[in-house]
Amino acid sequence: MFRTVAELVEMANTENIPISEVMIRQEMDVKEKTREEVFSEMEKNLVVMENAIEDALKGVQSVTGLTGGDAVKVQKYMKEKTPLSGNLMMDAVSKAMGTNEVNAAMGIICATPTAGSAGCVPGTLFAVKEQLNPTREEMVRYLFTSGAFGFVVANNAFISGAAGGCQAEVGSAGAMASAAIVEMAGGTPEQSAQAFAMTLKNMLGLVCDPVAGLVEVPCVKRNAGGSSLAIVSADLALAGVESRIPCDEVIGAMYRIGKQMPSSLRETGEGGLADTPTGRFLKEKIFGVSV
Amino acid sequence: MKYNSVFDIIGPVMVGPSSSHTAGAARIGKAARNLFGKQPTWAKIHLYESFAKTYRGHGTDFALVGGLLGMETDDPQMSKALELAKKNGLEIEFIEDSASANHPNTVRMIIGDGKEQQELMGISIGGGKVEITELNGFELRLSGNHPAILIMHNDRFGAIASVTKILAKYELNIGHMEVNRKDVGKEALMVIEVDQNVEDHILQELEAADHIISIAKIVS
Repeated sequence: MFRTVAELVEMANTENIPISEVMIRQEMDVKEKTREEVFSEMEKNLVVMENAIEDALKGVQSVTGLTGGDAVKVQKYMKEKTPLSGNLMMDAVSKAMGTNEVNAAMGIICATPTAGSAGCVPGTLFAVKEQLNPTREEMVRYLFTSGAFGFVVANNAFISGAAGGCQAEVGSAGAMASAAIVEMAGGTPEQSAQAFAMTLKNMLGLVCDPVAGLVEVPCVKRNAGGSSLAIVSADLALAGVESRIPCDEVIGAMYRIGKQMPSSLRETGEGGLADTPTGRFLKEKIFGVSV
Repeated sequence: MKYNSVFDIIGPVMVGPSSSHTAGAARIGKAARNLFGKQPTWAKIHLYESFAKTYRGHGTDFALVGGLLGMETDDPQMSKALELAKKNGLEIEFIEDSASANHPNTVRMIIGDGKEQQELMGISIGGGKVEITELNGFELRLSGNHPAILIMHNDRFGAIASVTKILAKYELNIGHMEVNRKDVGKEALMVIEVDQNVEDHILQELEAADHIISIAKIVS
């Protein structure tokens, strides 16, 4: 079993296999399952993601009315204008936000690695797909590659906002997505690790400060940030740019920062954006209590 | 390691909005119900820290109750669990506890049905993964991701051997095992996580073994 990104990359290099294959083999081993069983279980998750995006692009609205409809807005903008950051980028952002709009509306999603950060991996996948034209198998592999990196973070640091802030959630999700994009685009395992490190580095210190304690504001737009950063880091890694701080050390830094974060900035809805005049006003409006 | 499967990271498939506060909460509720062995008629639910502060916004309340009603994380009825509980004669009380806890997402569920009562402490550690940390005063560590059997027994020579002998006979592999007792020679608890599901006839055989008081099964 791999414990670190360094071990994961080494296993892929020694066997001359992609990261996704290391993850698939480990899963077969741990769960004593066949390749077909493991693969089809993951494909079910892919279908859930696909359906969530489809729902999002028809337009959804949360019960509180705080979120919903932005994914549709972005798609419309892409059709009518030329986005400055490019169509692929805005498509990823739209699908990432859309997935989280479905989540906020209590629809069905697949946590990657959590529900609040569930947009980054599928959002980038279904946008990059338009340019790279992957097979169905390669799309499922994208999820195994994401999962392999998330697995290391979960075991060495944390993946929940309550434990380590939003850096642990959207930070991990965006970083997982960048590693998977690199593999799908034909990069090396080492380049996946570099992309992961560069995304997470840019997410360090991000606090979890949900307005009214809801997975809506700022979660939906944080997924826009995580997914766009994922694509930028993937491009940087594919261009040969490297992180000066090794991937595992970035994960270690994320862990220590999370440990130093006060509880008011770890999903209690007490600090940061939740504690702004508008944040407090919205909470009072929704729950009818003063704070 | 805390996480051993890729599906802990990519998954679960769930009703939004929060993997730790909704999906994890549903799993703790379901574990409580499975351990109790039937649907309770009342539940007092103490919430701590992040759970206490954000449970309404995250749907932690309906998810815990959905679990008590036997729902999975992706049950489309989940958000209606509080109304469904009322219909099914399950009375719920939520208590926002200001005491500090070892984990930010902690819940203590005291449930009962007039005859019996059970107290359980659970934590939601992220991505929908949970641990049961206390049961009726016994400390334990139960991931909820594997089938498990809980065996109340008397702290006597041979109690453990009588159980493991039966498991060996049916070729059931033990993944994790803990034994806890309140005092020497008194009531004790065995927690055994296994790889496969344990069939009912094996449970009956275990229940009849030496020094065994009662048995509960948790299906993952």
